[in-house]
Amino acid sequence: MLEYRIDRRSGMATYLQIVHQTKQALRLGLLAPGDQLPTAREVVEATAINPNTVLKAYRELEREGLVEGRRGMGTFVRRSLGGAPADSPLRAELADWARRASAAGMERDDVAALFTSVLDQHFKGDDT
Amino acid sequence: MTDDPVIEATGLGVRYARRRGWALRDCSFRLPAHRVCALVGPNGAGKSTLLALAAGLLRPTEGTIGAPPREEMAYVGQDKPLYPQLTVDETLRMGRELNPGRWDAKSAERIVGEGGLDGSVRIRSLSGGQRTRVALALALGKRPRLLLLDEPMADLDPLARHRLMGALMADTADHGTSVVMSSHILAELEGACDHLLLVDGGRVRLSGAVDDLLAAHCLLTGPATAVADLAAHTVVESRTTGRQLTALARPHGTVDADTWQTAEPSLEEILLAHLRSPGAPALALAPATEAVGA
Repeated sequence: MLEYRIDRRSGMATYLQIVHQTKQALRLGLLAPGDQLPTAREVVEATAINPNTVLKAYRELEREGLVEGRRGMGTFVRRSLGGAPADSPLRAELADWARRASAAGMERDDVAALFTSVLDQHFKGDDT
Repeated sequence: MTDDPVIEATGLGVRYARRRGWALRDCSFRLPAHRVCALVGPNGAGKSTLLALAAGLLRPTEGTIGAPPREEMAYVGQDKPLYPQLTVDETLRMGRELNPGRWDAKSAERIVGEGGLDGSVRIRSLSGGQRTRVALALALGKRPRLLLLDEPMADLDPLARHRLMGALMADTADHGTSVVMSSHILAELEGACDHLLLVDGGRVRLSGAVDDLLAAHCLLTGPATAVADLAAHTVVESRTTGRQLTALARPHGTVDADTWQTAEPSLEEILLAHLRSPGAPALALAPATEAVGA
């Protein structure tokens, strides 16, 4: 079962922290289709945040088709995210590219800037 | 869930006989049901007076306040009145016998049990945090529609505070209880509350859903020479440092993005700006049409 960590000083809205952490768990395979998310009661008891904040986060995840609420049962994962697990060929290609960038004398920040610019060129929309 | 107000105040004012002046004046606000509302403001702002009015312990000098009937409401005062000579178990039995037909023994026992309290211990030998826990158990056992808490976390250490707030939030998740709790420290309540009432100098300065209040304000930074631009907006507070002007404002219409950098203020920044600027106009955001938690 997923456990949320709420950082009051992060500057990010609390419900977004829950959305992000859920997505991160989906990307890393810590949550898989069919898994249940903690109930609002469980989350608020552990974190002392408002129940409506948890429900708002779950609604957002539901709107994106990642989870579904089943009446009286809880909230369940519908699909996973990313599709690029640790052993995918895409990751190997990217690792190879990063090695070449390093060999060409690029700094970490240069690589990050270049990557972000290509990312922005090919992927539209928000980064949530 | 309906959004009918659980408290509705109109032109509320209180003048204490012995003290000169008004403790509260011209207070009008609506508190929607199923929310957890932070009642914040400096010491002596009128928070306890407002809670006592809502609890029906005090009559307004003028105006009206509508709240649920006594048996559907629980109030925990700052001093957490309990009988010191009773044991924890006896205190819960008292709760059961004083609230026939609506006593929720399971909830009450859970709150006490989670604190690891021994039922045979007398109230007088409990720590402040444990006493708060018993008072909260007594209040929640009543299964109230509205729970009023005056400075509930004041004498608790950080861990007890976190645990008790967690227990309180779990209860509202289960039952949809409406809660109003006061503090002069916003950080104590932030995160747990989705609604806010700022009282200062006996008046309501801000009221509304936290998300709406955040959305209604912005922090503007720009050249001091462009000060005239601000006339289009409601400026709560502004400061000039050298050539730079910083303002907390409620924007009306668009802000010129070439001249002004905008940022979203924190709730704390909004509160402090209002407290530093007593002349800034009050803001009451109507909860009327929004969905729960939207």
